[in-house]
Amino acid sequence: MTEIAILSGKGGTGKSGISAALATLAPKVVVADCDVDAANLHLILEPRNYLEKVYTSGQKAHIAVEKCTSCGKCMDYCRFDAIKLANGEYSVVETACDGCKLCARVCPTGAITMIDQNESRWFAGAIRNGKMVHARLAPGEDNSGKLVNLVRDHARKEAHDIQSDLILIDGPPGIGCPVISTLSSINKVLLVTEPTVSGMHDLKRITELVSQYKLEVFLVINKCDINPEMTEEIEKWAVGKQIPVISKIPFSQVWVEAMINCKSIVDWAPESELSDQIRAIWKKLIDNE
Amino acid sequence: MKIAIASGKGGTGKTLVSTNLFNVISRQGQKVRLIDCDAEEPNVCEFIRGNVEEETLTMTHIPVIDSHKCTFCGNCQEYCSYNAIIMLPTIKTIRVIEDLCHDCGACVYACQYDAITEKEKVTGSITQYSISANADVLESQTEIGIYSPVPIIGQTINMAEADTLTFLDSPPGTSCPFIATVERADYVVLVTEPTPFGLNDLKLSVETLRKLKKEFGVVINRYGIGKELIEDYLNKEEIAVLGHIPFDKRIAETYAKGDLITDKYLQYSELFKKLHQNITKQLQR
Ligand code: SF4
Ligand code: SF4
Ligand code: SF4
Ligand code: SF4
Repeated sequence: MTEIAILSGKGGTGKSGISAALATLAPKVVVADCDVDAANLHLILEPRNYLEKVYTSGQKAHIAVEKCTSCGKCMDYCRFDAIKLANGEYSVVETACDGCKLCARVCPTGAITMIDQNESRWFAGAIRNGKMVHARLAPGEDNSGKLVNLVRDHARKEAHDIQSDLILIDGPPGIGCPVISTLSSINKVLLVTEPTVSGMHDLKRITELVSQYKLEVFLVINKCDINPEMTEEIEKWAVGKQIPVISKIPFSQVWVEAMINCKSIVDWAPESELSDQIRAIWKKLIDNE
Repeated sequence: MKIAIASGKGGTGKTLVSTNLFNVISRQGQKVRLIDCDAEEPNVCEFIRGNVEEETLTMTHIPVIDSHKCTFCGNCQEYCSYNAIIMLPTIKTIRVIEDLCHDCGACVYACQYDAITEKEKVTGSITQYSISANADVLESQTEIGIYSPVPIIGQTINMAEADTLTFLDSPPGTSCPFIATVERADYVVLVTEPTPFGLNDLKLSVETLRKLKKEFGVVINRYGIGKELIEDYLNKEEIAVLGHIPFDKRIAETYAKGDLITDKYLQYSELFKKLHQNITKQLQR
């Protein structure tokens, strides 16, 4: 089984577009969209979902007014400023509540209960050349690391079921715990960067993290022509780190058009140079065994 | 007055908008402050450079358990909602896993044997940069391995002054860090791009802001082909459009170098002045 994650540190480097293009090239694949905070890949791959599951991200406190004697103990103990007093009535500020449950424990009258946050969902569906697992984290809900794990684990199960030996993971942004969850069991990483000051900065941070795992790492520089000097600098840096730069993709209107039409670039403009580049990336990723 | 600049996803031009707005306003001599609330990956200072005025460390508490006083009753472990306490009574070991601890204080409350005290731990920093006589930047930054940037974001925004025009460069997404930022703002500027991805993210942001009952308007970045999709949506939802930034390769090039388009091109300096006026109009409504 080969598991490949596509990562970029910060958003906006064209990571999802490249993930989508690679996903449509594979003969048989299970795609896992682990960018659960802003999942987008389903717009292009259009899975027909056959599975929808509730994801409980955590809990929030709730005060039953009729039981509250306004002693103020909950407010004294809450360290997240999540209890407010307005017009003589205590209530929980949901967006601030961290779900620690301490208020419910200190309340002398049992007026506080903890309520599950279960507006988030995850899905599995069929795509043209395999399966796709994706999720939607409801606004204001956290703990995305756990959801990323769920999506990835289920992708593995689907891969087993359809006997696919390839899982493509569109990774979460950043370098925090969702990314770490993603890295823990894969074989290859495709890093997508762009030649900007922040792109370079993020690339270094994510490489630092990735190098802690035994993985084959590849690099693609997207929009390479918006800053040729920086592109060169990234290439030199990559040589030092022994990371092969397997493609440099120029800034192009065709990308934008493909995006606007919700199409993978290899479907939208199969004859284009860009599609040739994507196919070349694919070959290097897969054949480099 | 606090105005948050936000977007559903990174890379749509949020920092492009916040830094250039700040730049045109500060050049006009008005008192203005920009707060980088993207504490996990602050990048405002790649575009706006100034001298460090002051650096404040932000702190949290981490419980410390005295295994001599501990009776291994397990109460603290039961009270901890984050599985941050590991206890192995057979070898008389009990420990707090700092990376998982949310500083909620439940374990201290739970322990009846006085075995838990708290020590301070640095979670990040708030740095103030002076840019000119009338303008400064506050940058929040978390240490690597901190469970959430939310407490630092709150502390940084609390340093805003009521009578200074303040822009908040919000963290991306619609989860807690984003909410911690926009919740404290008087108005929100959402930056989007005219692609189905952009629209999908915009809808999530709009849904969240409406739940929070926040006033907001939209700036469309990389305006050009594909604009009908997003315009139809904005029309239908009666959302104010504050400005358009064209699809222009020079913008990407300038941004890539860490420069400001409002310094390099008169066209964009005018565009951002107009954007500022449009935001002001919305605020006066
Ligand atoms: S659960 Fe914790 S964070 Fe939420 S209101 Fe109660 S004490 Fe505060
Ligand atoms: S601790 Fe309980 S009774 Fe006291 S103010 Fe809070 S909810 Fe009301
Ligand atoms: S402070 Fe809260 S999160 Fe930290 S160890 Fe104690 S109970 Fe757990
Ligand atoms: S509550 Fe106190 S005595 Fe009991 S296990 Fe925890 S630290 Fe030890």
